[in-house]
Amino acid sequence: MAPILDIKNLYKNYGSTEILKEINISIDAGDFLVLVGPSGCGKSTLLNCIAGLEPITGGSLHIDGRDMTHVSPKDRDIAMVFQSYALYPTMSVAKNITFGMKVRGEDAQTQERKLKEVAAQLKIEQLLNRRPGQLSGGQRQRVAMGRALVRDPKLFLFDEPLSNLDAKLRVEMRSEIKKLHQSLGASMVYVTHDQIEAMTLATKIVVMKGGVIQQIGTPAEIYNTPANLFVADFMGSPAMNLIPAKVRQNGSGAEIEIMRPNDAPIVLRDDAARNLPSDVILGLRPEDISEAGFRSGTGVQEAECLVDMVEPAGADTYVVAEMGGKQVTARLHAETTAAAGGKLKFAFDLNKVSYFEPTSGQRLN
Amino acid sequence: MTEWLENQLPKMVLAPSFIAVLVFVYGFIGWTAWVSLTRSKLLPKYELKGFVQYDKLFASPRWDTAFGNLFTFGILFIVIAMVLGLVLAIMLDQKIRVEGAIRTIYLYPMALSMIVTGTAWKWILNPGLGIEATVRGWGFENFSFDWVVNPDFAIYTIVIAAVWQSSGFVMALFLAGLRSVDEEIIKAAQVDGIPTWRIYSSIIIPSMAPIFLSAFIVLAHLAIKSFDLVIALTGGGPGYSTDLPATYMYAMAFSRGDIGQAASSAMIMMAVVFTIVVPYLYSELRAKNHG
Amino acid sequence: MADLTYSHTPPKGSFGKLILRWILYILLALFALYYLMPLFVMVTTSLKSLEEIRTGSLIALPREITFDAWKTAWSGACTGIQCEGLQPYFWNSVLLAVPAVALSTLIGALNGYVIAQWQFRGANLIFSLMLFGCFIPFQVVLLPMARLLGMMGLAGSIPGLVFVHVIYGIGFTTLFFRNYYVSIPAELVKAAKVDGANFFRIFWSIFLPLSLPIIVVTVIWQFTQIWNDFLFGVSFSQAGTQPITVALNNIVNSTTGVKEYNVDMAAAIIAALPTLFVYVFAGKYFIRGLTAGSVKG
Repeated sequence: MAPILDIKNLYKNYGSTEILKEINISIDAGDFLVLVGPSGCGKSTLLNCIAGLEPITGGSLHIDGRDMTHVSPKDRDIAMVFQSYALYPTMSVAKNITFGMKVRGEDAQTQERKLKEVAAQLKIEQLLNRRPGQLSGGQRQRVAMGRALVRDPKLFLFDEPLSNLDAKLRVEMRSEIKKLHQSLGASMVYVTHDQIEAMTLATKIVVMKGGVIQQIGTPAEIYNTPANLFVADFMGSPAMNLIPAKVRQNGSGAEIEIMRPNDAPIVLRDDAARNLPSDVILGLRPEDISEAGFRSGTGVQEAECLVDMVEPAGADTYVVAEMGGKQVTARLHAETTAAAGGKLKFAFDLNKVSYFEPTSGQRLN
Repeated sequence: MTEWLENQLPKMVLAPSFIAVLVFVYGFIGWTAWVSLTRSKLLPKYELKGFVQYDKLFASPRWDTAFGNLFTFGILFIVIAMVLGLVLAIMLDQKIRVEGAIRTIYLYPMALSMIVTGTAWKWILNPGLGIEATVRGWGFENFSFDWVVNPDFAIYTIVIAAVWQSSGFVMALFLAGLRSVDEEIIKAAQVDGIPTWRIYSSIIIPSMAPIFLSAFIVLAHLAIKSFDLVIALTGGGPGYSTDLPATYMYAMAFSRGDIGQAASSAMIMMAVVFTIVVPYLYSELRAKNHG
Repeated sequence: MADLTYSHTPPKGSFGKLILRWILYILLALFALYYLMPLFVMVTTSLKSLEEIRTGSLIALPREITFDAWKTAWSGACTGIQCEGLQPYFWNSVLLAVPAVALSTLIGALNGYVIAQWQFRGANLIFSLMLFGCFIPFQVVLLPMARLLGMMGLAGSIPGLVFVHVIYGIGFTTLFFRNYYVSIPAELVKAAKVDGANFFRIFWSIFLPLSLPIIVVTVIWQFTQIWNDFLFGVSFSQAGTQPITVALNNIVNSTTGVKEYNVDMAAAIIAALPTLFVYVFAGKYFIRGLTAGSVKG
């Protein structure tokens, strides 16, 4: 079974500037691939290359086993939803949806039938005669999706479709897209700068920076075992704590030493860190630093620290302490008695730790 | 094959116009420039003879008058039109109830052909039957307004007619500019207690610099091209006193059969336009491409 | 666009404010008179008899209204050897303006579409070169154009004039459409490409329906320019094919016979009517066209 999308060694230059470098991605039918990264990382450009809206300088691109590297968009059997929805302003909703079919020469009955199906699916039947200008943001989004659905393509492409919506609507539409994916079993490539969207929607995530892929993996892989400092910091909210630390070999095991202001360093024992260089960056998510006594098990180490700030956030309380020269956030229960200026015993779950090499940023474990 | 064709299609659509511009604008300018360097008279000769035509041109008293008139007329026209336009714009900016009607009245002259304008003003300024006669009829026996037939003053009649025609346009430009100033800046100034006239002079007018520039460019352009108006109003006379480079060129080309002179005078006109417009276009296009 | 109203600090004291307001209105009215005066004079003069013109005052209303001058202007005035009035020349201008406006607008629309939405290397350079062509004094192309028209067998003909006006109108019309189309989002073209539409389909189905405002502006602008043109008309036409502006000038400046000022005025009004008419009824778009390229933003 050929992968539905297979990108090999794709390069894209604009003049002498390299925009995309050595892109290798492969997804199977039914996958939901999310391209995520900060502005300017090349994710939209890559999407446009997949769509055929931008030319590829080097490498190849196959859709469902067929070489589409130089094929024009209309022959790639794809559909695309744009950030601004790009609905044709002078056409009614119905005409917007059937425009592609009309251009392809499908007969009127087929157009009518498909239109009705899609309208029912997206619950936009009552909007069919309106113009885009008369619709709300959410409605326009649905029409844009309707235009894509009616195509019944091999691949759906989404270019930051939720960025123009307000927060509440965004959450609503996000679940709609997820439901659509589940009910259709369709293959989707989705671009966003919002890592929450990426985590909730994707079956596979590609994290990009500066035109280069930083990591490809499932949401769990990206979240738990980030490949480098950038991925560790970019994905997950609040961000992973990245603490400079020293590794000291101690007999057959190792100790991790983290500086503490006005006090002796925190020493944690982690035999798994045996073969690490002496300077590392230790990565732990806030939820893996809790109040001593609330989490136990092998690998959980305790140390007492001075609390700088306490931020109650409803169900949790975030507590910030200075370690290794950084402001480290821990996620505690709402009932915690931690207070700013006081000392608190923290538990560090080293089963979840990530170690990074400080200069290259690469993951060490 | 069709893929390539599809990709080239935009270029192919633009190509005819581009070629047309290359030939009929730049090519023709080149031809005129070439001829201006020859001894062509009735028919073009293509042997280059240096700057003889320009020597002859600059030695010609008629050209002297025409070129001098260009500056007299041009400067007066531009300054008066801009001042008048600004005054009118400021007045109209004061939330007048009948603003739409007034604007229509001030602007309609722009819709007229310069020949019509020239004809009308020629009649109005007619010494025996126009304003002079009317005012004399009111009892001012010694009132004299015979500028149209007076070689020393005729050029000013062209200014009067041209200002009448174009000041409405300048007003429209400035009015749009006045209104594009950010309302919040003005409100802040008002809260600070700054009087209205000061708001205009210190805040609004300085922020309109680009529009002054646009107006200047358009008016300068109109001034240099002024041909129709002169032909209709004074015919270049009395004598040659209201000649402008445009009328000189036309006379040389079609009445005198001196193509060499026509070409050289046209090139001088081109040079004047060039020095004004090119820096402007360059800065405009850079702004549009970056913005 | 911009905010059209904002409040001003009123001068202290409402009486002072009232006086200033009155002064403002009086000034505005005086200027209105200044602009209307020539039109008024033209109309009244055209309705007077020659006798009345000679003996009466310039600004007086006609004692006796007569339309004789108008009849002469339309069908009897002398434009040189012929004495057929403005009528045939009016139709010359129509025959000239309609195709020239239509062609230059259509070409400008396609050009603007290409430059605004189909980037390719050199597109902006081409645009700049075309734009510069709008600014040249046409004196600099008169001579070669006259020769070319002669060689093409179009000298002194209306199709020849149409050709000239189209060529030199393309710069402006392209500018208008390009500036308009630049503001149409590029994603619209992308969506249409994905839908399978090609270059012309996208223009026809998406851009044209959106273009009504700019088409109106362009048509009005071009019509006004071409109808009112004199330089090309007088250089490239001959007796019989002259546009109305040339005929008007001939009538007014003909040296034969008695100067019939009322006929002159009537003729001027007839020549001005079409563009005035367009201005009165579609003036809003005309102004938009005037300020299109000039005001930033």
